[in-house]
Amino acid sequence: MSTTERATQVVLGGTRGGPDVPTLRTDRWWLQPVVTVSILTAFVIYSTWSAFNPHNYYAGAALGRDLISPFYSPCLASSCAAGSRAGFFLQGWPLSPALLILIFPLGFRLTCYYYRRSYYRAFWWSPPACAVSDKHATYSGETRFPLIMQNAHRYFFYAGLVFNALLTYDAIRAFHQPGIGWGVTVGTLVLTLNATLLWLYSLSCHACRHLCGGQVKSFKAAPIRYRLWKLVTPLNARHMNFAWASLIFVALTDVYVRLVASGAITDLRLF
Amino acid sequence: MTDVTLRVWRGDASGGDFEEYVTEQNEGEVVLDLIHRIQATEAPDLACRWNCKAGKCGSCAAEINGKPRLLCMTRMDQLPEGPVTVTPMKTFPIIRDLVTDVSFNYRMAEKVPALLPPPMPEEGYRMFQEDVERGQEFRKCIECFMCQDVCHVIRDHEENKTNYAGPRFFIRYAELEMHPLDTNDRRDFIREEAGLGYCNITKCCTEVCPEHIKITDNAIIPLKERVVDAHYDPVAWLGRKIRRKTKTKAADAAVQPAP
Ligand code: SF4
Ligand code: SF4
Ligand code: FES
Ligand code: FES
Repeated sequence: MSTTERATQVVLGGTRGGPDVPTLRTDRWWLQPVVTVSILTAFVIYSTWSAFNPHNYYAGAALGRDLISPFYSPCLASSCAAGSRAGFFLQGWPLSPALLILIFPLGFRLTCYYYRRSYYRAFWWSPPACAVSDKHATYSGETRFPLIMQNAHRYFFYAGLVFNALLTYDAIRAFHQPGIGWGVTVGTLVLTLNATLLWLYSLSCHACRHLCGGQVKSFKAAPIRYRLWKLVTPLNARHMNFAWASLIFVALTDVYVRLVASGAITDLRLF
Repeated sequence: MTDVTLRVWRGDASGGDFEEYVTEQNEGEVVLDLIHRIQATEAPDLACRWNCKAGKCGSCAAEINGKPRLLCMTRMDQLPEGPVTVTPMKTFPIIRDLVTDVSFNYRMAEKVPALLPPPMPEEGYRMFQEDVERGQEFRKCIECFMCQDVCHVIRDHEENKTNYAGPRFFIRYAELEMHPLDTNDRRDFIREEAGLGYCNITKCCTEVCPEHIKITDNAIIPLKERVVDAHYDPVAWLGRKIRRKTKTKAADAAVQPAP
């Protein structure tokens, strides 16, 4: 055996020190997983309910508004409420139109590096918190199917950009109220803030940072990509905040549009 | 001055248990001060590694109240009331008391394919400030190996040790991959030999790093994205094919004699 071969041998199974217990932590390490599970579960329940209830997702001309819920945009089925339908649509789609599109934002968030961190910890207990034993007999991480699919994240990122553009378009359109003219209502601000948060979430994405400039070997040789990278890097540091803010706000936007569309509240016109 | 209880794990490969020591604690003291006081008074044979007492050598890494910490940088007054547990790092084989055998990390260091610069141009190598700065963060590493210790991939799964470089070496790989004078493509190696895919980016390494290196965000995720470029992204693959073609063409053109 050559010296290098001998040198790179890793010795396994040495006896470990310390007591054989799952953790010696005494702080409230379980708090973070509990919060994550609560928020994500609430979101999944709400968005599932919303996706399977294709009513009141659009406040249209009858109410003098043009507000569409982000869960239903673009509305791609022939059954979409009058005025909400996108230019292209599917004839005879029997289910809720939301089901045609939600796979993209869902896939984007499921494969997001930040959400992965959160659900691996909170739902999968792999590990539940740092220096707390993970609950699995064997572990292969993201090396095998299905988790190897996480590597498709950048495609969902691209799709996310298309959705952001469409939701931005929805927000701009909302400023023109049918039969009234241009004006600002609470609904327009809600849609605008929603689109802004989604842009911030996408632009702070790790795949975005990599594609902007992280990929290059030499910043000096790629000055424009270096500039882009410098622009998105501070956003990337706040990716977690944007992930939560945009998630919660997208649900609140849906709630708001539903309340307006159902007539429960009037969308206040500000000026 | 107050009295505190330290529960220190004492033992070696044949077994061990907690010993309780009640010792005095003065203002501003760190856990290492108390360990030294215990050595000086009750237990001269208590084994513990340390060198700088300034958070710069990485020798005194152990676990305090269940979390990887530097003994010399953890102030007693920052810990909650009540007894303080001090245990050796869990992931590495025990030598004695708080001292572990961290040679796993040296084996992983030996595996890293070295920097491979292009032939020296006549005017010498040049590196620009923006490229120097990029790897600066990674060079702050003091090799305390607490990130390796906390990483559940090997902390909870000993069998993964043969095939897993761990966060400390992922920052080394990242530094090399971001080096403008490096021509070595380690992406296959990182995926197959260094086991990058085992990391599930749960960020515990980042949480414990005493140098506050953003290990996951700035090294591991950029490496994962590089592996995606090389293996899982057909668009990037196609782009490379086309670019390589134009590059060869440019190279061909360069050897054409001037008219
Ligand atoms: S982020 Fe990856 S390398 Fe760091 S501790 Fe977690 S699994 Fe280990
Ligand atoms: S990266 Fe941080 S935690 Fe890991 S060995 Fe270096 S200094 Fe220690
Ligand atoms: S969206 Fe979170 S990392 Fe890409
Ligand atoms: S003794 Fe050097 S880091 Fe603690």
